[in-house]
Amino acid sequence: MDEQPQAYRDPMSRTAVRQLLWLGAISVAAFIALMGALAWASSITGGSAIAGRAIDFDTGTITRALAQEPPQLDSTRATDSVSIFVLGHIMEGLLRYDASNRLVGGVAERWDIRPDGATFWLRDDARWSDGQPVTAHDFVFAWRTIVDPANASEYAFILYYVKNGEAINGGQMAPEALGVTAVDDRTLEVEFERPVGFFDKLVAFGVYLPVREDFYRSRNGRYAADTEDLLYNGPFMMTQWVHGAHLRMEKNPQYWNREEVRLNVIDMPYVTSDTTAVVNLFKDGSIVSATLGAEQLDDAMKLRWNIGRYSDGSVFYIDFNFRPERLTSNFHLRRALQLVNDSGELVNKVIALPGYLPAVSLFPVWLTGVEGPFRQEYPAPVVTPNLAAARQHLELAKQELGVTEIPPLVLLTGDAPIANKQAEYFQNLFTRTLGLEIRIDKQIFKQRLDKMTSGDFDMVAAGWGPDFADPLTFGDLYASWNGNNRGRYNNPELDEQVRIAQNSVEPRTRMDAFGEIQRILIEDAVQLPNYERGLVYVEDPRLRGVVHRSVGTDPDYSNAYLVENP
Amino acid sequence: MLTYTLKRVLQGIVTVWFIATATFIAMHAVPGDPLANQRATNEQIRQNLEQRYGLDRPVTEQYVVFLGGILRGDFGISFTQENRRVNDIIRESFPVSATLGILAIVFAAFGGVLMGALTALFRDRVPDLVIMFLVILGISVPSFVVAALSQLTLVDINTWLGFSLLPVAGWGTLRHMIVPSMVLGLGTMAYLTRLMRSSMLEITSADFIRTARAKGLPPSRIFLKHQLRNAVLPVVTVLGPAIAAITTGGFVVELVFAIPGLGRYFVEAVQQLDYTVIMGTTVFYGGFLVSMVIVVDLLYGWIDPRVRLE
Repeated sequence: MDEQPQAYRDPMSRTAVRQLLWLGAISVAAFIALMGALAWASSITGGSAIAGRAIDFDTGTITRALAQEPPQLDSTRATDSVSIFVLGHIMEGLLRYDASNRLVGGVAERWDIRPDGATFWLRDDARWSDGQPVTAHDFVFAWRTIVDPANASEYAFILYYVKNGEAINGGQMAPEALGVTAVDDRTLEVEFERPVGFFDKLVAFGVYLPVREDFYRSRNGRYAADTEDLLYNGPFMMTQWVHGAHLRMEKNPQYWNREEVRLNVIDMPYVTSDTTAVVNLFKDGSIVSATLGAEQLDDAMKLRWNIGRYSDGSVFYIDFNFRPERLTSNFHLRRALQLVNDSGELVNKVIALPGYLPAVSLFPVWLTGVEGPFRQEYPAPVVTPNLAAARQHLELAKQELGVTEIPPLVLLTGDAPIANKQAEYFQNLFTRTLGLEIRIDKQIFKQRLDKMTSGDFDMVAAGWGPDFADPLTFGDLYASWNGNNRGRYNNPELDEQVRIAQNSVEPRTRMDAFGEIQRILIEDAVQLPNYERGLVYVEDPRLRGVVHRSVGTDPDYSNAYLVENP
Repeated sequence: MLTYTLKRVLQGIVTVWFIATATFIAMHAVPGDPLANQRATNEQIRQNLEQRYGLDRPVTEQYVVFLGGILRGDFGISFTQENRRVNDIIRESFPVSATLGILAIVFAAFGGVLMGALTALFRDRVPDLVIMFLVILGISVPSFVVAALSQLTLVDINTWLGFSLLPVAGWGTLRHMIVPSMVLGLGTMAYLTRLMRSSMLEITSADFIRTARAKGLPPSRIFLKHQLRNAVLPVVTVLGPAIAAITTGGFVVELVFAIPGLGRYFVEAVQQLDYTVIMGTTVFYGGFLVSMVIVVDLLYGWIDPRVRLE
């Protein structure tokens, strides 16, 4: 081109630019036309998520985001928190938690729990969304379905407290043998396999919800697959469910306690697990609440958002491998590690997220004991970091193990950012204080579980979320027969306490047993508590009465209401 | 032409079978267990689950069952969403991904060709330098950064305007599509711009352009018919792989903009070892991409008559 005269190039490029502009205009028009056509096509195939603003006072609507598509709304098979959140709004069990987290009657208006069984008297105005009454038969059918091996429910073990539950689940008995009977439409009689001191808390849990047999059968295996494949008996009903895209709940006009439900619509047109996107939506005024990560916190403070925090109920800790060929089966080595562990430093300096609490026990602070908080009635034995003592224990460990140097220890961990920080902190801590070499083995979730189960680790960063609001949900984790005891800790003394806690209905006896379990776990250095996870969230100040919980439906909008001028 | 098409289709089928088999082997070789969960299931519950998904049968039998399923067009039931069939998941979410992908490709192709031509015309002058700088940015900045930044900017614009100019996330209307499709197509557009620029420059000094000028053809005709049409050929060639990259690479954009597309399932299924969804989406995407490449090959013959297909 360079050898061409200037005069020739100019008209050429002028024409070319003009033509390009034309082409540009045409392609923009074509692009918009194409978009229009596609938008029209997708509105025909359904699946349009037309989002409103965060709050609409005229219609009593709130808009929020959903972290993921609820994988399973069949209450006999649901296990995850999103499904349980939705189920907690559209269904109601025998009992439920009220706005101040007390157990109150749901479908049952009275109940009597004895050491060998329980009786529930159902209210006569509890209705399904098609107007038919909720009866005792609906509970019998649901519970039998859960333990039926053909249903393959992961939560079946929670019904092992009901007579013959385990035998039925193992295929040795027919589902009809389950110890639950409908004496009449409004009386439910339960027989226990063994005494259970917290059955009232269990029946408030998602698994124990009712399912109506004729409806379930009429769906031909598609029960709970779509809005029309579900019957509702809770404060809300699902009116729209576009998978992965949009879920809408509206007030259930058949609900017996409908006067207490003040929101009309909970609209969830955004489904994403990206926390930044959710915060952006909140900032834009499109949704009423968002969970905050560390990176959004400064911003939230500056904008003077209405920030709240609560414990999500779960506890995280380092578990040891007790298989005899592992060095960590040596008490003195574990004790040495325990004596340099400082969960306060980990939480305040390394994780540094508000809402997180340093853990000092397997039992989190929110658990209830006999009357007050468990951890106040049974304070955890204090372990003060002590480097000199730790080094002594390390020497003893070396003597007992017959080594001059401790070989490298493997710390198995997950791939989340916090797990990374945590693992690197411990690697540094154990090297700096005790001169130990730590190898971090980072794995994605399923692979980490696989390695935990096969025992391919010395230490593992693990955690546990509660299934129900009783200390037993944590208390039996280290029982020698528990499948979650992946480090294979085996201590007859601890097993004995777990049996007491499982078989007694006397609150004092049970809590004493949990107190003992807590003591053994710390004195025998069975695990190193790290943190109790907290969640920090922002909420629109015009929305009030939302309940956050460590166990069960979270958040709970059943009692929420709107105020126009906060 | 017909025999060529048939041959390509047969090749495509073999390719898809190969993809399916390789994925099946890789999936079963990966450590981890699709039924594993935080909560250890007892032996009984585990057996019940294995029976439900046919995992209690030998791997070879599972493979035969799986291939039979593909032939019948049935990918089975998802492991993580137990009452949904993989076919339903694909049927519901692929149109969304496809819409997003088509818009992104069209945006990238039109934009890339226009900008590439422009930079070639203004070689080493201001428009060229500015566009090429942006192109480098577009190629090197990953889509999750672009997605997050554009969303944040949109929030700021909406806040500043006091009303919602464009929605920040979600899916369903025309207004929801604009930003995500542009974000998704940006990288490809940058790449195509660069390709178009070099191809234009090469053509400009070609003999037939000189001849056309010497003949005294009007510049408009030279530019459109001779220069642009020839320069656009390499762009068409890479369009096939670009469609592949865009439709499968939509994961991040779908996540950030809360778009209910297939890309999300595709990635999340692998993390959760959801065997049936992994197999279903991989085979489906595999088939889709293979057919895209065939279509592009056939298209090539149409645009460039010199390429006569055997």
